Amino acid sequence: MSDEQANRDARGEEFLQAFRRGMDFTRELLHENERLRRRLAEFEDQQQNAARSPHEWEKLRGELLGRIRGLEREYASMRERLDEVEHENRAFADRYLEIEQENNNLANLYVASYQLHSTLDVDEVIRIITEIVINLIGADRFAIYVIDPRRQELRAVAAEGLELGRVPPCRLGEGRIGSAVASDTTQAWDPDPVSAGELDLEQPLVCIPLRVEQQPIGGIAIFRLLQQKQGFSTLDHELFNVLAGHAATAIFAARLYSQSERKLSTIQGFLDLLTQ
Amino acid sequence: MERQRILIVEDSPTMRQLLVFALRRLRGVEIVEAQDGMDGLRKLSSDRFDLALIDINMPVMDGLKLIGLMRGEESLKNVPVVVITTEGAAQDRERAMRLGANEYLTKPIQANRVLEVARSLLERGGARPTDLPT
Repeated sequence: MSDEQANRDARGEEFLQAFRRGMDFTRELLHENERLRRRLAEFEDQQQNAARSPHEWEKLRGELLGRIRGLEREYASMRERLDEVEHENRAFADRYLEIEQENNNLANLYVASYQLHSTLDVDEVIRIITEIVINLIGADRFAIYVIDPRRQELRAVAAEGLELGRVPPCRLGEGRIGSAVASDTTQAWDPDPVSAGELDLEQPLVCIPLRVEQQPIGGIAIFRLLQQKQGFSTLDHELFNVLAGHAATAIFAARLYSQSERKLSTIQGFLDLLTQ
Repeated sequence: MERQRILIVEDSPTMRQLLVFALRRLRGVEIVEAQDGMDGLRKLSSDRFDLALIDINMPVMDGLKLIGLMRGEESLKNVPVVVITTEGAAQDRERAMRLGANEYLTKPIQANRVLEVARSLLERGGARPTDLPT
């Protein structure tokens, strides 16, 4: 057999094998097609049976309704939980605002007491009291009185919005200011509608007595508030208490310090004289 | 990210302390204090600030003068300014706003209002400060 003949036989064999593989593949496709056709026919039968049989239909309907009811219950429970969470959230937000307000109030009280005890200079203490009454309480016109123990009289040592010289002294125990200081109780009065606009320096809106233990030191009388300030809040009353206690202590301590400084200087002078 | 910086220019130590307390709740913000207008101008010129809270009545140099100088200075003209006034000082407040102040606060100061104004101006200026829930 020649080489040419052998090549032709080999190519023929390859062709036959490829043809056989194609034939197997076609057979598999036909088989799969038949299987799918049967499956489709089964589904069509089931559907037609369900449509024809009320029992089957009812069963299907019952299943679906059960599922819907289950979902509705789930929805209602989730809705309830959401309402609860919203309610909780609102309660937390309200509480947060309350705490924030409380925090602001505490900050104001802290600043007031911190500043009052930050110095031992009487003038500086008076200046700080003035700042607190303006900036924290919101007073427009007021006077700070210090007691003259010999005369039992309150004399204004600082005034805001008023001419200091025009502020009359008050006898301890007399008038609104004198009585409030003598009683050791902060007293507040409603503004007099008749004298609205005019300023009566014996009729304050509030008088805060300044006392150390049982000893009256002075008082703060507020005659008018800043325009935007409508009245006194809880914080203002807390500030009155802080001022009543801490401002009095601060004035008392600063005076003692000033006296001791003077005495020390006198003693030092004596000692210097003796040792010369 | 760089921390935002706020300058408080106020002569009253009580007010400064109150403002610091209020602004401290804006976390991630640095607060610097100046005791009068001149001190404020010095600090503004030597450092970067994202907001300035300025009192009007101050010794050495008042708030109006400081705002005027800031708005005339290229490097400071865009720094947001909040003026602090009393309700009675409406003319000063109007003048400050005309000079270029962005907002005003009236005494007695409410910490919530300070926060609200500062937060809004800092946001307008750029990055949002990390703060407590609004």
